[in-house]
Amino acid sequence: MNKQMPPEYYQRLEEIQANDFVLVELNLYLDTHPNDYEAIQQFNELSKKTMQLKIDFEKQFGPLMHFGKSFSDYPWNWKDTPWPWQV
Amino acid sequence: MFTQYKYWEPYISPYDPCKPIKVKSYATPPQLYMGFQPYGLKQFNTPKEALYHGTLWPQLYSPYPNPHKGGDQGE
Amino acid sequence: MWYYEKKLQYPVKVSTCNPMLAKFLIEQYGGADGELAAALRYLNQRYTIPGKVVGLLNDIGTEEFAHLEMIATMVYKLTKDATPEQLKQAGIGEHFVDHDRALFYHNAAGVPFTATYIQAKGDPIADLYEDIAAEEKARATYQWIIDMSDDPDLNDSLKFLREREVVHSQRFREAVEILKEDRDAKKIF
Repeated sequence: MNKQMPPEYYQRLEEIQANDFVLVELNLYLDTHPNDYEAIQQFNELSKKTMQLKIDFEKQFGPLMHFGKSFSDYPWNWKDTPWPWQV
Repeated sequence: MFTQYKYWEPYISPYDPCKPIKVKSYATPPQLYMGFQPYGLKQFNTPKEALYHGTLWPQLYSPYPNPHKGGDQGE
Repeated sequence: MWYYEKKLQYPVKVSTCNPMLAKFLIEQYGGADGELAAALRYLNQRYTIPGKVVGLLNDIGTEEFAHLEMIATMVYKLTKDATPEQLKQAGIGEHFVDHDRALFYHNAAGVPFTATYIQAKGDPIADLYEDIAAEEKARATYQWIIDMSDDPDLNDSLKFLREREVVHSQRFREAVEILKEDRDAKKIF
C-alpha cells in the first residue's frame, strides 16, 4: 500500500503553515508587548481564520490534532500515515 | 542605519600554508540594534512572505549567506 | 500539557540523497546549542523566572520542539534510503553500526547529549543572558552548516531556522529590558 498525497495537500498545508507562523510571531511579540491593541486584534482575527482553514483541511485529509482537538472519521484515522516527517 | 555584516583584515604571514582570505566577515544581525521593538512595525504583505522570510517583520530579517559577498568563502 | 499537530512548522524539502549532511545536521539535534538543548533550557527556566517573562520562555521553548522536529525530518530523509555503502562514504558508518538509521541525540562528532548543555542559574538576568547567547550560538551553527551544504532546498529550511534564532534573541533581549524596568518592584524590604 503506497498512497501519495496530492499537490492540493501540500498547497493547503502551506497555507496553514503560513497563517500559523504569523500567529507564532504575533504570540512571541505579544509576550513582550502585552498592550499592543492592534497586534492583539490581528492575533484574534488570524486565530479565527486558521481555525476555518483547519476545519476545511481536516474534512479532506483527516485530523491535524489528537486528544480531542480534532474530530475523527470511522475508522479512527488519527493514526493514519503520512506523518509530517514522511511527506 | 546599520549593516548586517562587518569586515576585518587578519594578519597574513608569508608562511601561512593556505591561500589567505584577505578580508573576513561576521554577521551583525538586526536584533543587535533594534532595542525594544516599536509598536506598528511594517509587516510582510502576506503570511507566506512572512513564513519564507522566517519573520513577520522585514526589519528583523537577516539574510544569509551575506548577499553582498557570498559568505566567508568569497574573496 | 502539550498537543501534537500533524504538520511541520515550515515545509522541509531535501533535494539530494546526501547522508553526509545528516552528519552535520545532527549537531542541531543533540548538540550543545541544538534545538533539544534549547527547548529543555527554556522550559526548565520557566519555573523560577519572574512571572512577566514566563510566557515568553514557555512559548519559545515550545517552538524549539517544532524546530527539533524539522531537524529530525531532514536527518530522516537524508538517511532513509541510503545504502550502507553510502553511509560509510558519508562518514557515518560509526553511527550506523550502533544505531542503524535510528536518530540519536548526539552532536556532529558523536558526543552524546548531556544535561550539562542546559544552564539554569536561578538568577533571571544570568539565565536570560544565557538564553541570548544560546540563540546567537545556534544562529552561528546554522551559518556553518549552510556553508557546508550545497542542497538549496535544505538550505532554505536552515535559513528559516537561522532567522528564528534572530527573532528569539530579539525577544529575550526585550525580556531583559522588561525585568530591568519593572516598576512594581518593592523598594522596602
